[in-house]
This record gives sequence, structure tokens and C-alpha cells, in this order.
Amino acid sequence: MSDVAHKTWYQIFFRSISEHYQIIHRNLLGRIGFWVIIFFLFVAILAPWLAPHEPWEMQYDSEGNFASLQMPSWEFPAGTTHLGYDLLSQLILATRTTLIIGAVSGLISILIGANIGLISGYYGGKLDEVLMRFTDILYGMPFLPFVIVLIALFGRKLEFVILAIALIIWRTSARVIRAQTIAIKQRQFIVAARARGCSDFRIIYRHILPNVLPLLLLYTSFNIAWSIITEASASFLGFGDGETISWGGMLYELWLSGKTRVAWWWFASPSLCIILLVTSLVFVSRAYEEVANPRLRKR
Amino acid sequence: MNSKPLLEVNKLNIRYQTQDGEIHAVADVSFEVFSNEVFGIAGESGCGKSTLIKGIMRLLPENAKIDASTIKYKDQDIDCMRESVFREEVLWKQISLVPQSAMNSLNPVYKVGEQIVEAIQAHTSQGKKEARERVAELFDVVGLQSELMDSFPHEFSGGMRQRAMIAMALAIDPGLIVMDEPTTGLDVLVQERILRRIREIRKQIRSSIILITHDIAVIAEMSDRIAVMYGGRIMEQAKSLDLFESPCHPYTLGLKNAFPSINNLDQELISIPGSPPSLLGLQVGCPFEARCPFSSERCKNDIPEVVVKEKFHEVSCFRHMDAPELREHATKLSTWHY
Repeated sequence: MSDVAHKTWYQIFFRSISEHYQIIHRNLLGRIGFWVIIFFLFVAILAPWLAPHEPWEMQYDSEGNFASLQMPSWEFPAGTTHLGYDLLSQLILATRTTLIIGAVSGLISILIGANIGLISGYYGGKLDEVLMRFTDILYGMPFLPFVIVLIALFGRKLEFVILAIALIIWRTSARVIRAQTIAIKQRQFIVAARARGCSDFRIIYRHILPNVLPLLLLYTSFNIAWSIITEASASFLGFGDGETISWGGMLYELWLSGKTRVAWWWFASPSLCIILLVTSLVFVSRAYEEVANPRLRKR
Repeated sequence: MNSKPLLEVNKLNIRYQTQDGEIHAVADVSFEVFSNEVFGIAGESGCGKSTLIKGIMRLLPENAKIDASTIKYKDQDIDCMRESVFREEVLWKQISLVPQSAMNSLNPVYKVGEQIVEAIQAHTSQGKKEARERVAELFDVVGLQSELMDSFPHEFSGGMRQRAMIAMALAIDPGLIVMDEPTTGLDVLVQERILRRIREIRKQIRSSIILITHDIAVIAEMSDRIAVMYGGRIMEQAKSLDLFESPCHPYTLGLKNAFPSINNLDQELISIPGSPPSLLGLQVGCPFEARCPFSSERCKNDIPEVVVKEKFHEVSCFRHMDAPELREHATKLSTWHY
């Protein structure tokens, strides 16, 4: 009976970690997504050691020729730019930037979105009205131009890019979570929790939150994915942080070089990375729905 | 039972504001619950039973307006209490609830035991281990195996969930437990088992119980005193035996006719024709007037006062003096269906 209570905290911790992994693992797409994300994380962490060359260093091939616009080969697996920069090294270093931007602005935005959605949905009335009209105003803002204006105002620094993205991307999650909160608020177990003397705070964060968790996880990964795409778009338009390198920024440089029609490899690799990472995030979040809904678990 | 009342409700009114107008769901309801008794509230669907209880426990939606001259629990005025104090000091600690459709009252994402532990820890300073021991004890009381506390609600059957909710209501020895339709939606066998359980629990604890149900058989069997509600008002209130042996209100008479009696199985059941009144708008006259075979002109225009016939027997009907005569007429089919 009380075996759970007697286990030490790390036993419980590792058991729950492995339990969660097993849930993701059962789903084929979730499994693929999980390992792709792990791979990108690994690359991001070890980026400076993994990159074979400096990202902005002119390369010469084995015969001593200036390696400009080289197709992927053994020497340069992802090809080179017109200035002879190694694209693989750029990709590896860009992974770090992209993951930081994605994770941080994805998490900030879900934090804002979830709280606004929960509070708005739970309390209803005037507060709901104010918060939702504010969300509506944000909905009226054209997404990319707004981010670009914010970046232009604050400056082209990584922190501001993250902030600008997070400040606008939360709107969808807030709406969806509010709707779900309203549905769950009506359920009998919330009334029962109130009868038990639970405070509003406790009801929102202990009783409603776990029930919107599947949706929250789904939107966390959507938000991360959207942040990555937004950053890529902003960078492509030249509003990224010029000091760091990102996948979108690589595409921007391709655009600047004017070699779009020639250098397909330059275009392909960052695009593929973006697609791969974003899709993996969605796969994992789909598989993860089971965690928050024990009824879906196989017994 | 003759001592001071545990819960004292005086002239409680609850109104819902809706787009179509005001619904007077509970009107001038007064009753008392003494310690160590089962007080039954009977009535058909929509008569205001649940609203009454939710009003006292402050669980109503925002469009409900409550006013009462007094709601006292152990001589403490719980009507004027601050929200946070009420939540911490009264709810669950003093008055706990087994909600209607208790089967759906467990949060699907937490283990059953955890939810009871939460209820215990929210109101006491017990540690987790202590609280879990208490849950095991409670599970034993309601007849569930204590290993089941680490199961999720969906792994429980309806009857088991119901018992878990009763266990939760007992968790911190409240003075008063409100059971809102505790057996509705369960099959007859499980119903019987739950009722037997409640009866056994009654012997072990000192708490009073308010039992709300539309099932006259259940209420007759379980309660010490019964209040019969109709159209948001209490029609008649008496000790169980008195209510069934010498009912005074035509509605009680009608209800009695509609249920089979074990002494007289051949007796034909007589239903009360018509349907419950709409509570929308201003109420004039007795709410039962339209369906009452004994009504007069006066019943249409005035609301009858509550009359105390004898100790613990209150009735609100203009013809309460004619009760013996009404009782005789009420057993005939022709009185109701003419």
C-alpha cells in the first residue's frame, strides 16, 4: 500500500522519467521525433566541438583551390557558400541559436498563454472580457510585421528577438486554453473540489491545469515550432541577430548572395533542419497526450 | 435531539437571475438539523433540493442570489462569514458534501487516494503518511480495500467511486454530511449495499446527515425526520413515522399513494396528475394548488403559512385541520383522476 511513500525521491524520479519515456516510445512517430530532438539537443550542446571549421572562415579544398560554392562532398558534407564558408559548420552552430530561441520564447509564450487562458476561463465575467479583448487586439496585429517592428525598435539582439516572438505568439494558446478551461470548469469534480474548500488558486493550478495539460503540451510544442519558424522568417528578412548564426540567417545570406538558383544545397540543408525539428516537436507532443490522460494508457 | 440545533436555517430564499426573468428556486425555507440525526429532504426533480444545499454551502453559480434571515451552524452565523474563512473553517471541516452524481466527482488525473489526502491536508496539519493512513482507515469504513487508494478513478466502478466520495466526506469528522442523491444512477443491488454502508457508518460516527433524494423508499428507510419539498418550498416536515402515518399535506398524501407499500401489495398506485410548476416570475398562492384535488379559491391567492401541528410536525396548507378527512379521500383513485 505505502510502497510509494517509502521510496526515496530519486527512485520515484527515475521511475517517472522511464514511465514517460515508455509512453513516448510506444508511439512510432513519437519515438522518431524524440530521437530527432535528442539529436538536435546533442548537436546544440556540443556545437563548438562538433563543427569542423569556423563558420566564417574561407575554406580551401584539398587541391588548394578556393572552395567557393562547392556541392556537398566528402570534404564539405553540406557544401560551401560563395565566400567559401563551410555550411556544415554553420548548420551545427546555428542549431544552438535556433534551439535557444525556440525553447525560450516557446516556453515564455506558453507561460503567458496558459495563465491568461486559465484565469480568463475560470473567473469569467469582466476579467475574461478584458483579457480576451486584449488577446483580440493582438490577433488584429499582422504577425511578422509586428515582430519585425519590435525587433527594429529594441534592436537586433538575441534577447529581443526572443522577447518579440514570445510577446505575440501566446495569443492562440490563451484562446484554446481558455475554451478548455471553461469546459472543465463545468465538470462535477470541480464543484466537488470547491465543496472540499479548495481555494481558486488550488482549483486552477491543481485541478484544472492537469486536465488541460495535453492541450498545453501540444501548444508548447506548437509555440516552440512557431518561434523557430518566426525566427527563421525574421532572420531571412534580415531582422535576426547579426552576431549569431541561425538557420533563418543562413537562408538570408543565401538571398543576399544572389545564388538562390544555383546553390540548391545552401537552401536545402537549413530548410530541412527546420522542417525536421518542427515536425519532431509535433510528433512528440502528440505521443505525449497520453501522459496527461491516464485513460489512454494501455494497461 | 432536543438540544440545540446543529444547523439552523431560517427563511432562506434563493433566486436565479436569468434572461427570461427571475426564478425563485427556494422560497422561505426554514429547517433545523440536530446533532446525530439523519434529516431527509424529499421532493421531485427541480423542486429546489440541491439548490437549497448548494446555497448553504455557497456552491451556486454567480447568477444566484441568496438571502436568509439566519443560517447558523453551531450557533455561529455562517451566512455572513468571509469567503476565505468560510472555505477554511466551515467547508469540509464542519459540513462536507457527497455531491450529486458523485461518480463523476473525482478528478480523472489523480489517484483516488491522493484526492482524499488533498482534502485532509487542506484542512489539517497532518503529514502525507498520516493522511494516507487515515485514507486506508476510511476505505475500510466504506468497504473498499485499502490497496485501491493508488488506483485512478477510471479503474473504479460506479459504486466504488460513490463509496470513495463517501470516504472523502468522512475524512475529517465533519459535524454534518450532506448526501445529495447518494444512490441515484446505481443499480438496485449497489444501491442497497451503499445504503447499508451508510447505515453502518451512522453507528460508528457522530455526524449528522442531510440526505437528499427523490426516492421516498430510501428516505423513509434512512431518515429520522423528513422535509417534503415542492416548488421551492417545504410543504411538510415531520418525524419519519409521523409523516407516513399521519401526513397532513395533500402533496405528501399524493406521494404516499405513488409508492408501493409493503403491507398492501395489491393496492393500486395512484400518480399525481400534472407536472411541477414553473418557478419563473412572481409566485402567488400555494405552489401545489394546480395539482391539488382539495384546493380552494384561497389557495390560488395566498401562500399558506407554516403551521406547527405538534412538536417537529410542521405543515403549510390551509386545510391542515381537515387532515383526517383528506387522508381518507386521498386513497381513492377518483379523487386524483376525475
